[in-house]
Amino acid sequence: MRLPFSDMYNRPDERNLLDRTGQGLIGKPLDRPEGPLKVSGAATYSAEWNLPNCAEGVLVLASIPQGTVREIHADPVLAMPGVMAVIADKAMVRRSAQGTAGKAPAQDVTTVEYFGQPVAVVVAETFEQARDAALALRVDYDPAEKPVPLDPESPQAEVETPSDSKPIEGGDLDAAMREAAFAIDVSYDTPGHASAAMEPHVTIAEWQDDRLILRGSYQMLSHNVKEIADCLSIKPDKVRIIAPYVGGGFGSKLGITHEAVAAAVAAREIGRPVRVVMTRQQVFQTVMRRSETRQRVRLAADAGGRIVGLGHEALVSNLPQEDFAEPVTQATEFLYGGDNRLLKVEVARISRLTAGSVRAPGEAVGMQVLEAAMDELAEAIGMDPIELRKRNLPATVPVEGTPYSSRMLVEALEAGAKAFGWDRRQPTPCQTREGDWWIGHGVASAARVNMMVPAEARVTLNPDGSALVETDQTDIGTGSYAILGQIAGEMLGLPIERVKVELGDTRLPAGAGSGGSFGAISTGSAVMRACEAIRETLAKKLGCEAEELQLKDGVASGGGKQQPIAGLVQEKPLAETGSIKPGKTAKDFSQASYGAFFAEVAVHAFTGETRVRRMTGAFGFGRVLNAKTARSQCLGGMVWGIGSALTEELAFDLRDGHLVNHDLAEYHVPVHADVPAIEVILLEERDAAASPLQAKGVGELGICGAAGAIANAIHNACGVRVRSFPLTLDKLIDQLPDPFAPATAKVA
Amino acid sequence: MHARVNGTEHPLPHDSRRTLLDWLREDLGLTGTKKGCDHGQCGACTVLVDGRRINSCLSLAQLHDGDAIETIEAIGSADALAPLQRAFVAHDGFQCGYCTPGQICSATALMSELAEGWASAVTEDIAAAPVVTRAELQERMSGNLCRCGAYSNIIAALEEVIAAEGPLRIDAEASA
Repeated sequence: MRLPFSDMYNRPDERNLLDRTGQGLIGKPLDRPEGPLKVSGAATYSAEWNLPNCAEGVLVLASIPQGTVREIHADPVLAMPGVMAVIADKAMVRRSAQGTAGKAPAQDVTTVEYFGQPVAVVVAETFEQARDAALALRVDYDPAEKPVPLDPESPQAEVETPSDSKPIEGGDLDAAMREAAFAIDVSYDTPGHASAAMEPHVTIAEWQDDRLILRGSYQMLSHNVKEIADCLSIKPDKVRIIAPYVGGGFGSKLGITHEAVAAAVAAREIGRPVRVVMTRQQVFQTVMRRSETRQRVRLAADAGGRIVGLGHEALVSNLPQEDFAEPVTQATEFLYGGDNRLLKVEVARISRLTAGSVRAPGEAVGMQVLEAAMDELAEAIGMDPIELRKRNLPATVPVEGTPYSSRMLVEALEAGAKAFGWDRRQPTPCQTREGDWWIGHGVASAARVNMMVPAEARVTLNPDGSALVETDQTDIGTGSYAILGQIAGEMLGLPIERVKVELGDTRLPAGAGSGGSFGAISTGSAVMRACEAIRETLAKKLGCEAEELQLKDGVASGGGKQQPIAGLVQEKPLAETGSIKPGKTAKDFSQASYGAFFAEVAVHAFTGETRVRRMTGAFGFGRVLNAKTARSQCLGGMVWGIGSALTEELAFDLRDGHLVNHDLAEYHVPVHADVPAIEVILLEERDAAASPLQAKGVGELGICGAAGAIANAIHNACGVRVRSFPLTLDKLIDQLPDPFAPATAKVA
Repeated sequence: MHARVNGTEHPLPHDSRRTLLDWLREDLGLTGTKKGCDHGQCGACTVLVDGRRINSCLSLAQLHDGDAIETIEAIGSADALAPLQRAFVAHDGFQCGYCTPGQICSATALMSELAEGWASAVTEDIAAAPVVTRAELQERMSGNLCRCGAYSNIIAALEEVIAAEGPLRIDAEASA
């Protein structure tokens, strides 16, 4: 079936088909179809496949930061009960594959590049046997002769400009700063973060002759197949990955990592299926970190509060030769005006686990700092921070001049301000005291780039009038099962009960995978296009033009005719594969999702402890596909913002490079008690340049700037500006105003 | 040595190192109980032992001779959900679903603890019957981490079920 457009998304699809279909499923807050399985414990996650004769593998991690493995004393361990093998194969990986790598990461575990890098896997009959043997395994090392530094701030650390991150320069920032009516030149730092998905990384590897089946917890299966195949020097078509349920990813499961290759190698060696589950400590130490950042922000504004100069420079870190560098300034490029500008990211080469994508790479830490600096500028000018932001939205992207596809930032700021009660905020700090607590309010913009990636999906319309959607797209909690079913049901005029969605198996057409907030719009567009092809066939069978065809509740009508859809299908199912690839629209328009965060905090006048009391977020990300799952994505992002603002920090010991807080007791993700009632406002928007669905990404938007709103609220509460995240009480306490001086404070 | 799991007697494992969690998951195939950290830090492995919630990863299976253990599988199945499970679905009290069985087991025990008058760290008057506030629920659920950040939705699900079922008093103003 030939459709009136190519695979490439070259022109905005202004037909807005989903506004003309009549089933009424799109956007509705439908429950997740897999919900009953999840709440009853019946959804099968990757560690839970019961394979006969499956052995257990446990990874052994390096106890030095850098060097080579001289000897592995396997014999004593092989004599332990149940132990079958100690494996340190050249194919095993030292690093994790980056998202969409599609090829093997650094291999050969005889070289140690960072403390906690896996160097071997021990295989035994039971988990307890393998764990004890892994603990008992003695490994001798030769320390590296020329180690790279452990600290990104070390003068010995080599600093490079990443290959894919050209500095953006325009005008003369230094002159703009000198001549500006108001100028802010501040340095902030943010610590490393962990994804800390609740399900630890796991792979069960099973060989069937020369074919490898992996049941594993990954986000992007079509890429993961290539990565594992490259590691093992086999053809990708010999690998099948099954992952119908993934217990969270947040970037950490984008690429294959240590346990996958170890399980595959071990299974081949012992001739049995092998399961390798990482311990929580191993996940923290070896998989992926978000780089710490040091950021300098310069803002120059004229007397009217218009930004004339903008500088955003960041130092991040990664292992030597690793391509990824946290793209800190990604949203700064297009968010605010200022023709005199300098945006730059540099990467320090150090010895720590691989730095890569953790939820919203770039904006997560870049936006929180930019938005805190914007608050400083608003204070310096004496202008309401919302007004400052509204006054500085450029007509086209500075320097490059690209038009915006659609931008709901003003609407988000206004809707959020109204719902939050921004007009009741005290413009100057230290004005509101409730008992021992200073109360304050802060605002920040949200922005996250929108991306489409290649995706395919197959939709089958069955003779019984039911439909099946199939793709290897994963659902890592994002709502793929729900929204892909809704798109198909809407396009084919079927009640949602008549649509089944099968995901997470590489035997199915390659979806986008889950990452970069692009899963829904990319794979969703592929589903939509498959349905369009089916609609063409149905129109022909009914005897009307495709544009006239109406499909609703299983009935097709058009051209004065009407017939049940099932009757049109007859005995042979109609199956179509839809496909989409990013095209010219990705270059012709600046595409991003926008929003605004509002936070109310209480800062303890004596201890400096901060509690977030309430938050409001308003977001515009194109068409909402499912108001319930989209809201949850925003909510979850804001919870990450609370963690980023107040508690989350990877702490490395600079003497030997080990990660000190490598578990959930010491790396503090927000808990129930940290999270107040959060209000989420979803704005009505259509963005045809972003996708045929008129939808943009939402999975990461909720974190991009959220911590900035909290930092700004803390300043508004107690007058303290801390430029080092997380804003823990020790950084506040010595700057707090005199808690016994109530003269400046109104007691509410 | 035997323990009763979801109403059925099972012999306890021979390996003294086997945790209650691994016994449930690996030997009995009750994989609804999740392993998130194996160190009692995340709550994903929460089960009910003689009606009280524990982290099953912190308890060796052989310590449970004669105990009655209930897991998520006993609370309700996919085609016969308990009210709390239905409320989790309706309020989207989960995303990836991995912490969810633990959250639900924990919340189930929480409701009986409240009904029995147990105080928590945030209870104003520990001599009086606890009043169900949002802060009480948050405090009592804080042993169960959710990285997807579904906390507000989980509390909403709990509030709905407590309001519908319990003799417990909800302080709407304090919850707001």
